Amino acid sequence: MRFNITRRTQLATLTGFTAASLLLSACGSDAATAVPATTAPVTDMTPTAMMGAMTPTAMMGGAMTPTAMMGAMTPTAMMGGAMTPTAMMGGAMTPTAGAAAPTNTPVKVGSGSVLINGAGATFPVPIYSKWFQQYSTAVNKDVAFNYQPIGSGGGITAITAKTVDFAGSDAALSDKQLAAAPGLIHIPTVAGAVVLAYNLKGVTQPLILDGATVAGIFNGDITSWNDAKIAALNPGVTLPSGDIAVVHRSDGSGTTNIFTNYLSAVSPDWKTKVGAGTTVNWPVGLGGKGNPGVAGLVQQTDSSIGYVELAYAVQNKIAYAKMKNQAGQTVEATVDSTVAAANGITVPADFRISIVNSADPAAWPIAGFTYLLVYKDMNNIKDAARAQALGDFLWWSEHDGEAMAKDLLYARPAADLSTKIEAELRSITYNGAPVITK
Amino acid sequence: MAVMSKPGRLPALEAGRGATGDPAFRRLALILATTVILVVIAMLINMTWESRESLNHFGLGFLVGQVWDPVHTIFGALPFIYGTVITSLIALLLAGFIGIGTAIFLAELAPGWIRTPLSFLVELLAAIPSVVYGVWGIFILGPFLKSYVAPGLKATLGGTPFFAGTFYGPSILTASLVLTIMVLPIVAAVSRDVILTVPPSQREAMIGLGATRWEVISRAVLPYARTGILGALILGLGRALGETMAVTMLIGNRGQITPSLFKFGDTLASVLANQFAEAQAGLQRSSLIELALILLVISLAVNAAARLLVWRAGRAQGAGRI
Amino acid sequence: MATQVQPVAGTGAVRDLRRGPANFQARRVRSSVMLGLIYAAVVATLIPLLTVLTWVFIQGLPALNWDFFTQLPGPADDPHQGVANSIVGTVQLLGIASLISVPLGVGAGIYISEFGGSRYNTLLRFATDVLSGVPSITIGVFVYALVVLPMRSFSMLAGGIALALVMLPILIRTTEEMLRLVPGSVREAALALGAPMWKTIMRYALPAALPGIVTGGLLAMARAAGETAPLLFTALGNNQWNTGITQPVDALTLKVFFYAGQPYEVWRRESWGGAVVLTLMILITSILARVATNRRAGR
Repeated sequence: MRFNITRRTQLATLTGFTAASLLLSACGSDAATAVPATTAPVTDMTPTAMMGAMTPTAMMGGAMTPTAMMGAMTPTAMMGGAMTPTAMMGGAMTPTAGAAAPTNTPVKVGSGSVLINGAGATFPVPIYSKWFQQYSTAVNKDVAFNYQPIGSGGGITAITAKTVDFAGSDAALSDKQLAAAPGLIHIPTVAGAVVLAYNLKGVTQPLILDGATVAGIFNGDITSWNDAKIAALNPGVTLPSGDIAVVHRSDGSGTTNIFTNYLSAVSPDWKTKVGAGTTVNWPVGLGGKGNPGVAGLVQQTDSSIGYVELAYAVQNKIAYAKMKNQAGQTVEATVDSTVAAANGITVPADFRISIVNSADPAAWPIAGFTYLLVYKDMNNIKDAARAQALGDFLWWSEHDGEAMAKDLLYARPAADLSTKIEAELRSITYNGAPVITK
Repeated sequence: MAVMSKPGRLPALEAGRGATGDPAFRRLALILATTVILVVIAMLINMTWESRESLNHFGLGFLVGQVWDPVHTIFGALPFIYGTVITSLIALLLAGFIGIGTAIFLAELAPGWIRTPLSFLVELLAAIPSVVYGVWGIFILGPFLKSYVAPGLKATLGGTPFFAGTFYGPSILTASLVLTIMVLPIVAAVSRDVILTVPPSQREAMIGLGATRWEVISRAVLPYARTGILGALILGLGRALGETMAVTMLIGNRGQITPSLFKFGDTLASVLANQFAEAQAGLQRSSLIELALILLVISLAVNAAARLLVWRAGRAQGAGRI
Repeated sequence: MATQVQPVAGTGAVRDLRRGPANFQARRVRSSVMLGLIYAAVVATLIPLLTVLTWVFIQGLPALNWDFFTQLPGPADDPHQGVANSIVGTVQLLGIASLISVPLGVGAGIYISEFGGSRYNTLLRFATDVLSGVPSITIGVFVYALVVLPMRSFSMLAGGIALALVMLPILIRTTEEMLRLVPGSVREAALALGAPMWKTIMRYALPAALPGIVTGGLLAMARAAGETAPLLFTALGNNQWNTGITQPVDALTLKVFFYAGQPYEVWRRESWGGAVVLTLMILITSILARVATNRRAGR
């Protein structure tokens, strides 16, 4: 495979000096080989430059915090105190010292690649990884993406502080969050389904549930599997009498957000008592950390039920329930039923859409979009080349990303929504100049 | 008896010739030490600043609040404080006995050929990422306790409130046991090194007096190593209090105050780790950082208590000497 | 010197032993019981230790192949991927963290144990206690404000500083405790022979305490190597090769953590492999450090 070869050559050059001096390379001899433009001007690491760079930033912040003040002071003290300040700093500062001028102009990138950094939601990682790899190997070899799943909240924090080039989020930003990051736009990339996984000995055919029942179970109103409401939905199935062990996510998560939004949509009681969010105050049950936490607990606990992403349930062969949707149809969670969830939804101008409890008869009711967050004017990005590359990638994923998404059980926006997204992408600029000219 | 080789530093002694480097050396050490203090002050200011919204909004009520509801922005820390204290106490108690026992074995009793490999093994336990402990707990420890330990406890002590309720796998007990395993290497490894530094003369004198092996250990070795072992325990406690990943995978994450070790609980650190990444800026994040401050205060209080204990024990011993 | 008994321990013991041979039998039984308990403690350590280790290796060893050590991370359907960059990144991060924390930690430890006035030492110990009590995720938040925000970029430097703060309290405390346990007579002898204070400490006291300090350093490194939380908001992680101290860098724990929660088998295998490699890295470092210190001590 071609990309493997490039990886190997990279490795060869890297091991050349990492093996010889791992620590030294960490301390900057890499920087000596890097193209000056790829190391940001702000990041020049002379102790004085650091002070210089910090103080104005802190001042500009307006809300000058004592923290920032202390922050500006300590590194100098720390470096002065460390026994090898020159070893730490000397290597990194020499090569970049000359490139201190801000570089907003496009920079010719040499044999190295443009690295675009992003962070945020965990849920879309499989599809983003696939897209990034395809784009970097088949479309533009000079671009490399680095997306780290630190959580939607972390991604929003990072893009608000402009410490990343783009972010991923499972939940649309609140008005308050948007106010803190003026110019940030939502690009819906893919939608995913959340399913109810269960562990019921002796029940072989897929269970059927509906909104009221699921809300009842997670509310603590329905406590045993042979409850009349569950039995009515599953005629002919012998349900065990055991207590239901409810498993939910303990960590803040977009999956929880979609699930609780659904429960709020179908149950007024849930909406007032518990509500929707990435973390809620669960009336009953035990919390598992992440998908493996929930899935693991469901698998280890008899008569349990929990919610996980569709891909997780499918890949790990966990039984999951069919749902009766708003139209009264019994549907299975698939890519098609997830796509259908977005049918007939009125899309607001800022793309902050909810597709839970869709009215479409074919729709899977517990679904949601995940977003890429970028600035409408991408001047948070260090140079035009990166902004261009990110814009091109967004356009490409919008047009060529569907097949890959489907393989990984994600739904792409249907045609009408896609047209609106195209228009939004065209409006992206870099320092005033349009990024996408297609 | 002459007080000669008391452990520790000397009273300020004027050194002889060639001491010109001393002031510089002393100053260097002072600078390094001061840097540490400055960093810590900066961190305290940072944490207080980050939690200002919650501090202003809830005041002291935060400490006794029992509801944690991010949707309705009601935050209270009491169940998490309870969970942190109870799991850490159990873990420290168990790891203390087991770890010191292992340390004594490694330093005093183990034959030479087993000492080194066993030491390595113990230290390896410290190297395993905590998420691995968590997954191990879900698939191995939890089911093991459920099948073999919980029924036994239920049959014998089930009447007491400490083992009431159904045991599902995740529980305060499971989390405490995994914490024990995680704290163990720190306690064992540091205690072993402390015990190894006890001068042989201590033991020889006791043996010379006709003491049994245990008497040598308990009367000569352990008292000498007491402060060091306490230091090891405090290091272990630090880990227990702050551990997130493994605990959160095994404790059930339900903020409730219950005497039953079979029930679910939650800890300060695990709430922090669970919710921080997805927390919205504002009251929720601020409250999470306040949880970190509370954790800090707990750990400081424990440290202070430990130091006091050593100091008083030292004084009592000193008085008995005369 | 060899005949001096530590007086703290001495008197009480002598008093007990004087009770004579009448209770000798009781004392022997008591000794056996206590030794039995010690052996039980060893077994109690060994059982979880061996099961955890075996389990990690069973899960992780199948992941270890040539690709694992030489390739970059890839999408979930690419079987030829690895965590080469994360392994290098972990070493780099630990290197930076050690460069910062070892001088600071050992220096502060020396100061507390050898120089400090009691009031300043109280402050220093308090600072150490604060550091060891701070949850590691808040260290990440702190370093985010301190380094990442001013630099406007997640970076290896920020990750290294965060891990250094994780290592510091363990280093300070072990250095202090271990130096304190070096008998005063060692220092007295050196000083009496006319050696200056700094030489006494660096040449005689510190080497005597070295094995213990090394243990402390290893525990600190093991702890730092196993940390995920402080890296999330500092080093961030990187699916590409790191290109400098100011760029995001990957670490094994980040991969172990991220991949553990993913649906796909390929990634979860990498996660287990990462855990095994991390464990092995600590083991190797530990062995090397032991060999080095033992050789010095043996000389």
